[in-house]
Amino acid sequence: MAVLNEEQTMLRDMAREWSKNESPVSAFRKVRDAGQAIGFDPAAFAAQAEMGWTGVIIPEAYGGSDFGYLSLGLVLEETGRTLTASPLGTTALAATSALLLAGSEAQKEAWLPKIATGEIIAALAVDEGPRHNPEKIEARAEKSGDGWVLTGEKAFVAEGDSAHLFVVAAQTGEGVGLFLVPGDAAGITRKPRKMVDARSHAAIHFDGVKLESDALIGSADGAALLDQVLDRARAGVAAEMLGMAVQAFEDTLAYLKTREQFGEILSRFQALQHRMAHQFTQIELMRSAVEGALEAIDANREDIAELVSLSKATACDTLHLVSREMIQLHGGIGMTDEHHAGFYLKRARILENAWGNASFHRERYARLRVY
Amino acid sequence: MATIELTNPADALEAFRKEAADWLAANFPKSLVGKENVLATVEGEAKADPEAKAWKKAMGDKGWGTPTWPKAYGGGGLSFKESRVLQEEMAKVGAWNPIGGMGVMMLGPTLLEFASEEQKQRHIPPICRGEIRWCQGYSEPGAGSDLASLQTKCEDKGDHYLINGQKTWTSGGQWADWCFALVRTDTSKKHEGISFILLDMKTPGVEVKPIRMISGTSPFCETFFTDVKVPKENLVGELGQGWTIGKRLLQHERTNLSGGGAINRGQGGFSLADIAKHYIGVDSEGRIADAELRTKIIKHEMEAKAFGLTARRVMAESKSGGVSLASSILKNVGARITQERAELTLEIMGMNGLGWEGDGFNAAELGATRGWLWGKAVSIYGGTTEIQNNVVAKRILGMLDHQ
Repeated sequence: MAVLNEEQTMLRDMAREWSKNESPVSAFRKVRDAGQAIGFDPAAFAAQAEMGWTGVIIPEAYGGSDFGYLSLGLVLEETGRTLTASPLGTTALAATSALLLAGSEAQKEAWLPKIATGEIIAALAVDEGPRHNPEKIEARAEKSGDGWVLTGEKAFVAEGDSAHLFVVAAQTGEGVGLFLVPGDAAGITRKPRKMVDARSHAAIHFDGVKLESDALIGSADGAALLDQVLDRARAGVAAEMLGMAVQAFEDTLAYLKTREQFGEILSRFQALQHRMAHQFTQIELMRSAVEGALEAIDANREDIAELVSLSKATACDTLHLVSREMIQLHGGIGMTDEHHAGFYLKRARILENAWGNASFHRERYARLRVY
Repeated sequence: MATIELTNPADALEAFRKEAADWLAANFPKSLVGKENVLATVEGEAKADPEAKAWKKAMGDKGWGTPTWPKAYGGGGLSFKESRVLQEEMAKVGAWNPIGGMGVMMLGPTLLEFASEEQKQRHIPPICRGEIRWCQGYSEPGAGSDLASLQTKCEDKGDHYLINGQKTWTSGGQWADWCFALVRTDTSKKHEGISFILLDMKTPGVEVKPIRMISGTSPFCETFFTDVKVPKENLVGELGQGWTIGKRLLQHERTNLSGGGAINRGQGGFSLADIAKHYIGVDSEGRIADAELRTKIIKHEMEAKAFGLTARRVMAESKSGGVSLASSILKNVGARITQERAELTLEIMGMNGLGWEGDGFNAAELGATRGWLWGKAVSIYGGTTEIQNNVVAKRILGMLDHQ
């Protein structure tokens, strides 16, 4: 655990208590069973907003608390432990980052206060296919009078079913730009996709959507901005994955301490002890990488990209391992829908794919280091 | 009760920075920049030149080789923050710490915690000045991973102890002045029958035989004790308390053996990617030409980076007063990364990474070969990887004892 200040410790403890008491895995099960396209419980998200979590990285001038990315990461870690279904990371971290990094004063005033109160949900729409590839964007924003006309297809947009605002990456002719697109604009069609994690990953079709001139965030040649926004989104996802890995591991450990076979508690078997010691080791490395990336973002250091790719790759590999071991070490009971091991496995694979899998980030790390 | 701060702590730290910089300017010989720190190796003094010796004396007298140890015993008496400032100032001018070895890494911290006042006064100041080289008498031919089964006998003869038995894997035994050892003072109990004792290697009856290793070097010895008389004042702690003291010392050893993140440098400061580009070449996009090897290198370098971040986190956590669970993983991960790096270096160099000696190979190549062989020890000494996993499973995860 990174060395935390007083506010961060309080925030972390509050998030831990809330997740444990108000949003246990059984709450996620209810969301899953309800089968709604939005994939979360609005009451739970409202409670998070009420506690100020939607404003953690937003400056006080726009209604936030300006506690930074590590602080929000701590919250996402804790809510990730219990698989809390909420758009928190997507709206209050990923999409918000675009506004924080390059939004004009007017854009910030228009949107950040609403994000901070949880009144609206913002989503980040970048990828157009099943694999993360920010270099392959075909959606187009064409100049039209003072404004723009947006056309294209975005795939697997997290919280796409509920978003009131999209931050959309599109070709401008000068490069890739990021656009603020209200969810109720004419020409938008949403198509829900049923995924294994029972959360929202909608296909969004933009058919000649008319945008004002002030829809563009920053420059029309904004590939560098997109990269920075994605890095923040990745760091946030990695924090959620850390929480999942920790809890999946703890639940498996608790099970090994109660289950008996051959007249012995399973945790007495050295073959299992060493598998658990290995997972524990990998989770500690994962924590260092995840917290290291969030700290780099807060300090606005030059090695953010490198550390974020390290963080996401490590998070993917480790959660992959822990989620597989959770099933295997639980044995048959872990295969049943009644047990929650399957929930961790399913959400793990979704997040492994989100904003680049381990291979993507190892290759990116290598390129950054000129290997 | 609130106290009034007369000086701003930040100002005081900056004042110390100036003091450190001035002292280094006056005492660190510029000619030593970039030179290997032979004083910290087990061979020590023999290879050192006069300037290195003078530098060691200056640091030893100042106590800054053991910066955070109490001044009363010859340490620097610095706070953690001051010690960091000192390290930074040393790095700026290329100065290295000439005070090292097992006395600094393991025994000193253990004595500070367990020794009598008299023992501290006698043994710690020479460690701070780098005057006495210590070796570790722990393992025996029949007591490796199961260290507590050690048999070296230590009998109470009234006015002295009499020691008989054999130790092995004594690092630097042939160069050591003194030895800290675990000995059996009671054969009726396993762990509670062990005591922690200090002995002079020049005592009659102590015999040392170097062991030749697969790497061709002999950094370890077998040490034989035949009717070795040891004064009673050399017992540290109570009789039978040796296992507790000895385990505490091992914690210091494991923290230090992990490499702490400094292992990234490798052969002559070149990264694995540099070495690979040199031996294998690059493709049209400037990437290491062998795609599969490139992937292995990336994976390794990323794990090494995560390890470095973990070592830094452990340091920050323990300085802030918390208990760092992550410290328990450092030794295993450090070993894994050290060995993987050596294997990858060999793979990159091909047959040139397997030379034994002679003109056909350059120094880096021969160093790679010997380092690779020597590195196999890292997952064995100081508690094998398997023992470390047992420790994590039992002590940290609370899993029950295996059969």
